[in-house]
Amino acid sequence: MMDLFQRLGRTTLDKFAAIGRATQMLLGSLFNLPNPRKGFPLLVRQLYMVGHQSLLIIMVSGLFIGMVLALQGYTVLVDYGAEDSLGPLVALSLLRELGPVVTALLFAGRAGSALTAEIGLMKATEQLSSLEMMAVDPLKRIIAPRFWAGFISMPLLALIFSAVAILGAHLVGVDWLGIDTGSFWSIMQAQVSLEKDILNGLIKSLVFALVVTWIALYKGYDCIPTSEGISKATTETVVHSSLAVLGLDFVLTAVMFSN
Amino acid sequence: MNSRKIEILVGLFVFLGVAAFTMLALKVANAGIGGSKETFELNAKFDNIGSLKVRAPIKVGGVVIGRVENIFVDPTLYVPVVSLAIDKQYECKFADTTNVSILTSGILGEQYLGISPVIASESSQQSCLGQAVAQSSDDLDELFGVESKALKHGDMLRDTKSALVLEELIGQFLFNQGGE
Repeated sequence: MMDLFQRLGRTTLDKFAAIGRATQMLLGSLFNLPNPRKGFPLLVRQLYMVGHQSLLIIMVSGLFIGMVLALQGYTVLVDYGAEDSLGPLVALSLLRELGPVVTALLFAGRAGSALTAEIGLMKATEQLSSLEMMAVDPLKRIIAPRFWAGFISMPLLALIFSAVAILGAHLVGVDWLGIDTGSFWSIMQAQVSLEKDILNGLIKSLVFALVVTWIALYKGYDCIPTSEGISKATTETVVHSSLAVLGLDFVLTAVMFSN
Repeated sequence: MNSRKIEILVGLFVFLGVAAFTMLALKVANAGIGGSKETFELNAKFDNIGSLKVRAPIKVGGVVIGRVENIFVDPTLYVPVVSLAIDKQYECKFADTTNVSILTSGILGEQYLGISPVIASESSQQSCLGQAVAQSSDDLDELFGVESKALKHGDMLRDTKSALVLEELIGQFLFNQGGE
């Protein structure tokens, strides 16, 4: 019986310690920037790894999601003779929900797992300790550029995702199913607002960027430095950040879009 | 991978992001040019607003000149009050006898506000804009002693027509049938 309480207490304290370490790492890398001249090339390199290399998966999945939305929306709307409203249907569901959320999920799988594995291996091969031995702060040199790269690229990726998906919906809806192109765009423009829809979607993807990159970097930085530990940390990154994104999405939607 | 190539590819990535934002802002959303125009506000009391919504269009002969800004219940009379945000260029152009009614586009469509404007007289337009009123003897309103004002920011529209509610119409129809 005592043993059970002991274990319960230990687990709780461990969780709190983990949250504390994660916050320390976040603050240490956010407000501890390397000087711009040295830091900028590092940031550009990470933007390439995290952002540019995710472009292909984001654009292809965006195109197909837009096309599927248009097909499904059309089959329902055509029964009511309202197929002209396909434009706002697709645009609003993409800008408010699917764009930020699907981008964050893909980003967690494509870039988050890579970040965790990279930093985990750095830890396992003691590269992080050697940096410290040379009086280089690994938070500054390794974590901070990756964190900022994730924070900058995710909103851009979400915007690209939505834009490509709307073009995909246009391809299916207008070119294949024969909706009038003028009403497709004009009804969409009448329904979508810049502040309420596009900027709120952007705020969402900024929040998701923070959460996903933070979880990925923390899991890598805090992993058990063995091959098994790295594999566990990578899995945890994808699982935890996907759940966090979906949960946060509900909270943000409730705050932003319920009047 | 040399660093110049990486820089170019990252530049391409950021450019694509900005291009996507521009496309969404200009092509998908209505804002940009049309959304943030200067407006002035009018209020109108109705008996029943039906299912009029905030952001519903305000039209003059089918042309959108503004949007419904807010809908609330008057704290003393307990009737719905609609505030209208109308394009600034129409300020001081309509007389206060202008009629505003809640209309429906199509059979099942959205409800909107239709304004049938009464053009304000020259002198009331000038006094509304705060200019010196040029005396003109041939002003019909003054001849008949009718005092009409031009509508400016914060004014109340009095001539309003409420939304048609289907249940009331059916009720009236049945009542009339019964009477025959």
